[in-house]
Amino acid sequence: MPSTNNKSHGIIGMRLPLVDAMKKTTGEGFYTDDIKLPGMLVGKILRSPFAHARIVRINTAKAKALAGVRAIITGDERGAQNRFGVLPISKDEISLPKPGATGRAGKALYIGDCVAAVAADDEEIAQQALQLIEIEWEELKPILRVEDGLKKTDEPLQDQTENETNIHKSVEQHFGNVPAALKNSRYVKSGDFDFVGLNHAFTEPIAVVAHYDADGRVTVWSPQQVPHYLHRALAEVMEMPLHRIRIIRPMVGGGFGGKSDPFPHEMIAAMLSRKCRRPVKILFDRDEVFYNNHGRHPTSTHITVAADANGKITALDLDATIDGGAWGSFGVVTTYYNGVLAMGPYQIPNFRYAGRRVYTNKAPCGAMRGHGAVNTRFAFEVLMDQLAEEANVDPCDFRLSNLLPENCQTINGFRITSNGTRECILRTRARSEWDKKHGRLPYGEGIGVACGFYISGSAHRIYFNELPQSTVHIKIDMDGGITVHCMAAEIGQGSDTMLAQCVAEPLGVKLDRIRIFSADSDTDPIDLGSYSSRVTFMAGNAAIQAAEKIRQKLVAAASRITGCPSQGFVLQDEKVVYAPNPKISLTFDEVLMEALARNGALMAKGIYQSPPPIGKRDQFKGWRAGLSPTYSFQAYIAQVKIDPETFEVRVEKVWAAHDCGKALNPLAVEGQIEGCIHMGLGQALCEEMPYIKGAIAGPNFLDYRTLTPMQMPEVEVIIVESNDPEGPFGAKEAGEGPLLPILPAVANAIYDAIGVRVYSLPMTPDKIWKEVQRQTMTAEKLKSGFALAK
Amino acid sequence: MSRKLVTLNVNGSNYETAIREYDVLLDVIRENLNLIGTKRGCDMGTCGCCTVIIDGRARLSCLTLAMECLDKRITTIEGLKSPIIHPLQRAFAESGGSQCGFCTQGFIMTAKALLDENPAPSRDEIKEAISGNMCRCTGYIKIVDAIENVARDMNSKGVHHAIDE
Repeated sequence: MPSTNNKSHGIIGMRLPLVDAMKKTTGEGFYTDDIKLPGMLVGKILRSPFAHARIVRINTAKAKALAGVRAIITGDERGAQNRFGVLPISKDEISLPKPGATGRAGKALYIGDCVAAVAADDEEIAQQALQLIEIEWEELKPILRVEDGLKKTDEPLQDQTENETNIHKSVEQHFGNVPAALKNSRYVKSGDFDFVGLNHAFTEPIAVVAHYDADGRVTVWSPQQVPHYLHRALAEVMEMPLHRIRIIRPMVGGGFGGKSDPFPHEMIAAMLSRKCRRPVKILFDRDEVFYNNHGRHPTSTHITVAADANGKITALDLDATIDGGAWGSFGVVTTYYNGVLAMGPYQIPNFRYAGRRVYTNKAPCGAMRGHGAVNTRFAFEVLMDQLAEEANVDPCDFRLSNLLPENCQTINGFRITSNGTRECILRTRARSEWDKKHGRLPYGEGIGVACGFYISGSAHRIYFNELPQSTVHIKIDMDGGITVHCMAAEIGQGSDTMLAQCVAEPLGVKLDRIRIFSADSDTDPIDLGSYSSRVTFMAGNAAIQAAEKIRQKLVAAASRITGCPSQGFVLQDEKVVYAPNPKISLTFDEVLMEALARNGALMAKGIYQSPPPIGKRDQFKGWRAGLSPTYSFQAYIAQVKIDPETFEVRVEKVWAAHDCGKALNPLAVEGQIEGCIHMGLGQALCEEMPYIKGAIAGPNFLDYRTLTPMQMPEVEVIIVESNDPEGPFGAKEAGEGPLLPILPAVANAIYDAIGVRVYSLPMTPDKIWKEVQRQTMTAEKLKSGFALAK
Repeated sequence: MSRKLVTLNVNGSNYETAIREYDVLLDVIRENLNLIGTKRGCDMGTCGCCTVIIDGRARLSCLTLAMECLDKRITTIEGLKSPIIHPLQRAFAESGGSQCGFCTQGFIMTAKALLDENPAPSRDEIKEAISGNMCRCTGYIKIVDAIENVARDMNSKGVHHAIDE
């Protein structure tokens, strides 16, 4: 249902501080580690020192004997072997391996995998107890390289793999005829790209509190992006009905995808608490956060893009191999996304994708901001630049001439509605003075462009059911406060503020009347969570629908008071005004009292369900992947300066245009875009998480280097508003798509600056130097008349 | 290990508390004094979430032994808002300098120490001062904006906001 016909009364489109910002800046913000419950114990997890090993037996007798130890659990604990996973189609995670068991059930699968756990009176006792647990290990040969995971094996790491290999999921899609198109194309460019794995590096370490209480209910406090999926997983692991489990989400200190799986430590905390009937808190050390990972997949991408003589794209041929680590997580989706999220913003008449995800004995990989789209986008946009150069067309013009129009369908069945890419390109181009700069800056300085494309929520549910994707309840009682309930997870992105705006606007009230309850599964209706950039679109629409029902009750009351027809009333500035004669004006509270007198507390609910898909339903395997009710679009231009001696890249300025449909809160949209640029630049220039013999080389913030304030460029945010026909007040996502274009824009700027291309991220000075050396040597060889080696 | 009863001066109040020789200030502030506004991000001095002000300088409480602070004046984020919300706290909220909020109080303490020493820092000086604090949400831009706005405001009003104690 379109929700754009509400005129703004000064809430939508305003630069608003987040509704919970003052709590955060004054230290009143309450996070999971801040919880203290009477009798609460400290939980600690014993982790595997081996990348691949069977647990022959565990002896916990000595640990149990230690004074102050209240519970110890191993894989023998009830439920510890029950499979779970965020995707019901690949539940391959267990809480703890079972001593002596054969196959996957008895094994630790990566360095840092959970093996046993203790609850004790304090941290020191818990730590001592871990050291007293005796384990007999049988070390097994680990699969550390993706290449090895592709081979046949007698004992795959997980039970469900393809063709007796360690391939978790393989995908093949073909639309049109790629081989024929390539044969007939004037320009063809290929490249092999290489991407290391990344960690989300949120600042709040993972923590959880669980309490199995006297009533036999379990409450779990966890900084979750997806409380509902944790709820479901806990029910299966604990073997309890959903209604006997309560999930509470305290403030979340950053997620970025890294807190969007149900995790073993959450199950472990609940099991420990069930065992000793006391609250248990587990707080990770920073290295444990890295072991738990679930970050961006290490990826190798082979890509070919072709264009005809007129510079129109004829084909995109993609092949991606992603290293999943030990578990499935969101991996099936990631595998698809590496292909299908390349289907915009350009018209691609022929598309072929082969992708596979491989299990290895490393920390699990999962969803991270820009899920599945970032690496492919990098490769695609770098090749777009090369095609433009070969066709002798300006890179901006080349992109402009290939754009998808509004209201169209892609070859794989994506329904494109609003689309502001053209405006994004034109405005960044003008603001950056691209035409004066591209190809014209002195050696060492350069400018590059790239576009982006991302989903605004997944149209399909992870659980194949027809339940609403989001539900919002509103209640107003005689205090005049407006209580909004919805489990959409506030993780710092501002979803509570968005909900408050979507309710305040139709009711014409100030934000301070609104109280958001988005943290408690007992009272707040289900929203599927903060992932896939779905919350503004889905929960926002549900909130508007609920607020609209309340508005109807209020105008009916105003009509009863005044005798004027209810359709004539407008709610704005805390007043209910009869538009045909504005002298007839009531306060919000007057009208509310009349409404309450007849009804008691006003209550209403709204839901969101994405419209049924059009086009390719059931026509091919994986048809659901990437279908979204709408898509976001971006175009970025980055200007860089490269040190001619050290080859260090300094990004000087970024012009970032993003089509978010409608900026409900431009301050928050800017914040999302700037944060995306920071994270994307980290992946482009300095972040990497290498492994040495299966161990993460530096599981800390000294070795895992994010961009410092000194390295962060100036950013000019250009908000493009395409007014999505189905978005709440026209809005669509702003949290993930804005990450995509920055990486290739920088790569293309590096090429403009010094004429070399690096196909491996991060683009560190050593890699750039090597390319410069190769270029110089090639030039010298050519000059001196030697034939090239190859 | 046995604990020793000591007195710590935090936010202008004297707290008697029992600590061990190896307890770091962060643990004592959060666990003993229940001042949970100071956050634990990494326990190894790499993120700045635990920044407090000790005798006027921004310090990482996870790397500071509590025993070393017995005769010192410690200020935490809770001390800044008492009784009036500090301009930095308001500015971080209004400029969008806080998203998930977990690092925020660390930045505010660092910024407070900076502005006390240098009331008119340049943008680069601000960036340098906050380089020991890590934020994963904002890209630092709106954090620098917030600090810059407060500095400008303070200087135009000729008011120097010292901690009220």
